[in-house]
Amino acid sequence: MMRPYTPKDNVQAKAYYTDRYWVAPRVPEEPVPEEGVYAEDLAAVKSAHEVLKAYIQRGQLVIHINPEDNFDVLKILKEERWYEMLSELSAVDFLAERGGFEIFYQILNLNTARRIRVKCFVEENRAIESVNPLYRSADWAEREMWDLMGVKVNNHPYLKRLIMPDDWEGHPLRKTYPLEGDEFAQWYEVDKIFGKDARDVIGPENRDPARIDRYDTERFARLGYEVPRGAPADMVDKTEETPIRYQEEEGVFLIKELSPDKSKVLDRRK
Amino acid sequence: MAQHQVNYTQSGGLPVALTTVDKIINWGRSNSIWALTYGLACCAIEMMASGASRYDFDRFGTIFRASPRQADVMIVAGTLTKKHAEFIRRLYDQMSEPKWVISMGSCANTGGMFNTYATVQGCDRVIPVDLYLPGCAPRPETLQYAVMLLQQKIRKESANKSQKPKRLV
Repeated sequence: MMRPYTPKDNVQAKAYYTDRYWVAPRVPEEPVPEEGVYAEDLAAVKSAHEVLKAYIQRGQLVIHINPEDNFDVLKILKEERWYEMLSELSAVDFLAERGGFEIFYQILNLNTARRIRVKCFVEENRAIESVNPLYRSADWAEREMWDLMGVKVNNHPYLKRLIMPDDWEGHPLRKTYPLEGDEFAQWYEVDKIFGKDARDVIGPENRDPARIDRYDTERFARLGYEVPRGAPADMVDKTEETPIRYQEEEGVFLIKELSPDKSKVLDRRK
Repeated sequence: MAQHQVNYTQSGGLPVALTTVDKIINWGRSNSIWALTYGLACCAIEMMASGASRYDFDRFGTIFRASPRQADVMIVAGTLTKKHAEFIRRLYDQMSEPKWVISMGSCANTGGMFNTYATVQGCDRVIPVDLYLPGCAPRPETLQYAVMLLQQKIRKESANKSQKPKRLV
């Protein structure tokens, strides 16, 4: 074997570098100004629904609301404050810290070129209302959120997996999902095409793609020092050099043999 | 007296060699390897370059076909995802015998850099492979060499050998 095997079970979980006193830099949160467009937007939301937290981050208004109010708040912002475009919608995994997902809606007012981020927190196994009737771009974004994060969306017209296959198990973008897949993922194609019985025949996945075994004559050949396929291991070290030919020695029927000394080699560009 | 190109000292003096049928069939097969266009990722760009005028696959008799029914070799060029594994098997099954598979590039060989839940770790888990091309992505010359190696392989085979299962199924 060319390379010693190092166990890679815990590579993803292990941090490369940990400093006990290092604090992740945070984007500063500024208070919402007393007057201006954002103040009016915030007042319009506050008049109808509870606002848990509101601040300005990088010049954009961020509003934290209750997850039940998401449709109504976005409806107010769209129809009364003209935030007509939903740029992005997704969920952030906070399962380990807080037991749920933070869902954000990034909306844009095309007249004033202002953006608002509406955030809400849903616990795991709680559904959220679809905003598809308001914004058509929410259709695939909510399907993707369901597919990769497992956040259920109520009243979505077609809540089906978007990226993963329909019969997939699990939601791969959760932080608890292993990068190399769980058992279902690792055997997915084998189970689906050949059935579970074929697992023994095909064997587990080789997750070290650079692994080369020079004594494995079934799968590897050394160019220039070739042995028959399936030759015993002690034969590998004793091989003589085999010249690499581009054509069979006895030639091919009706095809002219290429002789290396007659071929022209271009040593510089024309 | 007419000069014959027959060596009467060989084959019991008969001007006929029975291996000729094998040879002529394999000659035909090896010089008309029609490939199924199977571009899955960036290797497909190199595969297209190999087919285009500069590298010119036509001189090997390799013409890309868009139908598995007309193809002899499947060049798996690119990353095979688990979602797609079902379809590559179906298309392989739809190809008529005899058929060969070239696995082109690291992703098709082993999964390559995509050591993830969504990538098949080598397309040989799903279909039997005849030739593996290293590279990310392999140059057109590599693919040409692979086709030439495949030609050699075909010429060595028996023309009407029974199609035994290659590795799986």
